Amino acid sequence: MTAHLDPSTAEPRPNGGPGTLVYAKGLVKRFGEFVAVDSIDFEIGRGESFGFLGPNGAGKTSTMRMISCMSPVSGGTLRVLGMDPATDGPVIRARIGLVPQEDSLDLELTVLDNLMVYGRYFDLPRKVIRERAMRLLDFAQLTERAHDKVEPLSGGMKRRLTIARSLVSEPDLLILDEPTTGLDPQARHLLWDRLYRLKQEGVTLVITTHYMDEAEQLCDRLAVMDRGRFAAEGTPRQLIERYSTKEVVELRFRSGEHDAVAARVSGLADRAEVLPDRLLLYTADGDGTLARVHAMGLTPESALVRRSTLEDVFLRLTGRTLVD
Amino acid sequence: MTAVDGSGGPAGPGAARRLWPWPTPLWLRGLGYFAYQYKRTWRSSITTSFLYPVLYLAAMGVGLGSLVDKHTHHVSGVPYLDFVAPGLLAATAMQIGANEAMYPVMAAIKWIRTYFAMLATPLRVVDVLRGHLGWIGVRLVTVSTIYLAVVAAFGVVRSPLAVLALPAAVATGLAFAAPIAAFAATQEQDVAFTTIYRLGLIPLFLFSGTFFPVTQLPGWLRPVAYATPLYHGVSLCRDLVLGTASLWPSLGDAAYLVALAGAGYWVARRTFRRRLVV
Repeated sequence: MTAHLDPSTAEPRPNGGPGTLVYAKGLVKRFGEFVAVDSIDFEIGRGESFGFLGPNGAGKTSTMRMISCMSPVSGGTLRVLGMDPATDGPVIRARIGLVPQEDSLDLELTVLDNLMVYGRYFDLPRKVIRERAMRLLDFAQLTERAHDKVEPLSGGMKRRLTIARSLVSEPDLLILDEPTTGLDPQARHLLWDRLYRLKQEGVTLVITTHYMDEAEQLCDRLAVMDRGRFAAEGTPRQLIERYSTKEVVELRFRSGEHDAVAARVSGLADRAEVLPDRLLLYTADGDGTLARVHAMGLTPESALVRRSTLEDVFLRLTGRTLVD
Repeated sequence: MTAVDGSGGPAGPGAARRLWPWPTPLWLRGLGYFAYQYKRTWRSSITTSFLYPVLYLAAMGVGLGSLVDKHTHHVSGVPYLDFVAPGLLAATAMQIGANEAMYPVMAAIKWIRTYFAMLATPLRVVDVLRGHLGWIGVRLVTVSTIYLAVVAAFGVVRSPLAVLALPAAVATGLAFAAPIAAFAATQEQDVAFTTIYRLGLIPLFLFSGTFFPVTQLPGWLRPVAYATPLYHGVSLCRDLVLGTASLWPSLGDAAYLVALAGAGYWVARRTFRRRLVV
């Protein structure tokens, strides 16, 4: 398992090491003139949970679609399960599960029939699909809905069914493109729990998200993506240590005052960041910094000391927030 | 989770346990979806694809036919029922082929996104296309077989060559299905389908020799009728059922239909790829 991609060691083995499920070198995706993915390098190892974190339009979905062999590569090298998607697409897809951003369930069919139909694409015997379907519906907490049509199910249920469907073929690699976008908090937490169980069972996960809490919960390793490129790569902890401070003080003043205040207090912290609605001070000791702010006679309308998150990393790397 | 019982891929041990030891062709797996879906729509489809033509047969062939026969004493040398029955076979095949290639193709791309679900599995674009056209073929075979049996019961069949009217009807259907599927894959909305019906299928249905010989048309319009695929489907089916087939004209009709279906398939491969692979 390669924790970091070292180009010097990656070069001589173009398929990646024996434990490498996905290997990309200089990977590019172009749509006409527009470059959606601009030469990225990464390796994903067996049993790993790898995340692509970035705002909408960063190139995450294009990358996912190339890994899942649904979208041809425009440039560079891509190997999935040691094979070339350009020539071995069907063989690779037989061994990966895809949870697309947009659901493609058949709303008129029942929950169970959706799994049956999908299993047949993999040429699994009906009996095998049925056995697995029962187990997967239990896992997705949909057993009671097995014989109901999909149409009236909630968004969270449909997502769980899509995940169950992607597991029917018992894939070596599970690809999830924004699995919880558009779900309410409860549905998201249930989904995270299910994905976490898969991770515990050793399923290799590749996830895209623009939610940093999702990335922190689920990913062993992350690539922060922005405008088609990797801004940084590492474990969530490494990224925070490398690109942010231990703590953050969030100060809220009356609107319009933030720039002026920032100029006065920036000396108190390693770094200050002005957002439209608040001022962020990056520091090792949040309480100490806040005390010094108060000692200067400043009275923010609200003040909060918190730990650094991936959001801060992203802000530092790109100067923008993840979700507008 | 991975390979719990060791039957992972399409050629895994799970596949070997079956009676049929070879992997199912990819396109046939795609076809399987439409068969599954048909389980819930077959009732309504029986009305449109089987009951309607039989009602037409009764109304036109028997009802109108008795009047026609009384006045003109046979059309093209046969009772009107015998004339119109094989024509309706071809017209029904056209309707099924066209229908199944319009809204269902659009649904599989835009509304249900079935094609995209398939493409995340071992199936390729070409398998998706073949699977769908293959399913339309299955529909054409079943409807035409039942229809031919009914026609035989009416005593219309005059030649053993009538069995060849089955592949002729399937070819007629696919000559419409393949090009229309190719077109449907380029559409963002379903508005054009109504135009195809109004300006294409309904005029063809009425003026391609199904209900009266094309020779009854004004002279300048006849070449137009001869150029349409339904005219050739109708002639071929009629000649085979009534035993009036002669080798070269019938081969010409068949070649026209097969060529149109083939050209449609060729274009559809491209429009499907352009639409489904981004």
